[in-house]
Amino acid sequence: MTTRDLIEETQVALAANKVRSGLTMLGIIIGIASVIALTAVGQGAQNSISNSINSLGSNLLEVLPGAARTIGFGASSGRGTAQSLTPGDEAAIASVPNVAAVSGEYSGRYQVTVAGANTNTTVDGVDAAYAAIRNINMAQGSFIADSQSLSLSKVAVIGSTVASDLFGVNATSTNLIGQNVRINNMQFTIIGLMATKGGSGFGNQDNEVFIPLKTALQYFAGNGNQFLSTIDIQATSQASMTQVQNDVTTLLLQRHNISDSTKADFSILNQQDLVSTASSVTGTFTTLLAAVAGISLIVGGIGIMNMMLTTVTERMREIGLRKAIGATSKDVHTQFLAEATALTFIGGVIGVVLGWGASYLVSLSGLVAAQVTTSSVLLAFGVSAAIGIIFGWYPARRAAYLNPIDALRYE
Amino acid sequence: MIDLTHITKTYTSGADAYAALKDVSFSIDEGAFVAIMGPSGSGKSTLMHILGCLDTPTTGTYRLDGKDVSAMNDDELAGIRKNKIGFVFQAFNLLPRTTVLRNVVLPLVYANVPRNERAERAKKALIAAGLTEEHFGHLSNQISGGQIQRVAIARALVNDPALILADEPTGNLDSRTSLVVLGTLQALNREHGRTIVLITHETDIAEHANRIIRLKDGAVVADEQNVQPRDAAKEAALYV
Repeated sequence: MTTRDLIEETQVALAANKVRSGLTMLGIIIGIASVIALTAVGQGAQNSISNSINSLGSNLLEVLPGAARTIGFGASSGRGTAQSLTPGDEAAIASVPNVAAVSGEYSGRYQVTVAGANTNTTVDGVDAAYAAIRNINMAQGSFIADSQSLSLSKVAVIGSTVASDLFGVNATSTNLIGQNVRINNMQFTIIGLMATKGGSGFGNQDNEVFIPLKTALQYFAGNGNQFLSTIDIQATSQASMTQVQNDVTTLLLQRHNISDSTKADFSILNQQDLVSTASSVTGTFTTLLAAVAGISLIVGGIGIMNMMLTTVTERMREIGLRKAIGATSKDVHTQFLAEATALTFIGGVIGVVLGWGASYLVSLSGLVAAQVTTSSVLLAFGVSAAIGIIFGWYPARRAAYLNPIDALRYE
Repeated sequence: MIDLTHITKTYTSGADAYAALKDVSFSIDEGAFVAIMGPSGSGKSTLMHILGCLDTPTTGTYRLDGKDVSAMNDDELAGIRKNKIGFVFQAFNLLPRTTVLRNVVLPLVYANVPRNERAERAKKALIAAGLTEEHFGHLSNQISGGQIQRVAIARALVNDPALILADEPTGNLDSRTSLVVLGTLQALNREHGRTIVLITHETDIAEHANRIIRLKDGAVVADEQNVQPRDAAKEAALYV
């Protein structure tokens, strides 16, 4: 019996009872479709979370100062308050291997005013590299340049929220470049308006004003105060982030003369940690959803077994006849197994198509950009074929080892 | 050709043993047309199963076409059935919802005959069994009882077997159709030299064979030549 014969026999057998074959397949179709759709939604959620984290900057490491302490056993002021990071640290970090860009930050909250309006917001002194590190896009004008920092220029780049607070809700559609604002009673000229970013996690950058770092240190930090609030580092690639983090840690410990790393006066926030935490949460949910869908697949498989057992009983005399005209037990076994596998395989194909359609509808609805992965499709196919073989095996075996005499006599 | 020596078949269930066949011995030559006759319970079904290699005897030897088949396993028996024996049963001879041609092709499928030879051989067998081209495409439930039995005969023929074993082939048919089917068997025997064993409980059916073996209570009680067999074709002609 050739494979082609087997396919023909299977086709005839399944077509002989279309309604029953269809209903049996339905179990598999629903199972596979839900596995595909739910993993696609899970994957989509995971992607959207990773994307929103990555939009804050790619391959980002943030160095924060440690807690400020008074000498001895004094009260701690909490992490991030220590004045331990200097522009010298920033310069040293720039020469660590695989560092693509570094920007120091000096930030504080100040009153920002224009004629007739004012707001209190975060004013951030940054270097030119900051725009690249934090993926900042400009709606108008340009970001701060290094030359403006060196010349202590009083220029400002404002976020869209700040713009609407100061210039009204339609501010982003008017030309703001060249307008003056007063920050902490000092006059600054607006040179750029940032594109709206949304975003959270590392802070809402739409509600910030950026000025050159040296300007900030000069006019806001007070006399001779040369400490940074944060140092942002961009690594050249995701793979090098751990290495950069380790090297920067070593470098800063050395520069700050600290031998015990547990007493470090700074901490490093790795964006990748955030991504992987978020991914592991959504990954767990995806697995949970897939497991629930998997249960319906098993139920579908039992449906297949049930139908095949009924078929074997119904076709008892046919089996006897086939054996009488020369079919071996193996021939009969293969034939019934092929029928079960064909049911699950066809059900699998339809299920994948339906699952794909459902994912597409979910994406259209705008809730989540569901993404069907190749691996989930391959897995679904594999599982559906395996279910056919597993749940078809027992009925096929029953058919194969029927005694031809009993089978022929069966009424 | 067929050689049975001291065949017995005993069924045991628990402590009870029931002897369905008790020391049956006979030979059938190639080209013979033999009827095996007996009432129900005589053991003729058991004998048919052994002759058809659907079952093996408890003791004794059965040689078919020179091969001892009495101690073969299931797979070997399946091999003998597909190459050496053609069956015609009383009922459920054809696969439902399957064309006449496909039914006759089926034994060739199991015998691994190349695809391109199958249809040709099946058509030849169908024509030899007295069917015409117009029936080939019909489904098995679209043809009459007599035609079903002739398709079954064609299927039994298609593998060119050593033995055609017909188990009550006319059991479900009216008298005239029975004669047509018997006529088909007689023609195959006379014109093509096919060896045919016909199992029946009716004397007037058995009388169409050249030799009649009578069974009773699992033993052969008579084995005689039928010098003047009835001619089914002539009898059928009288009905018109």
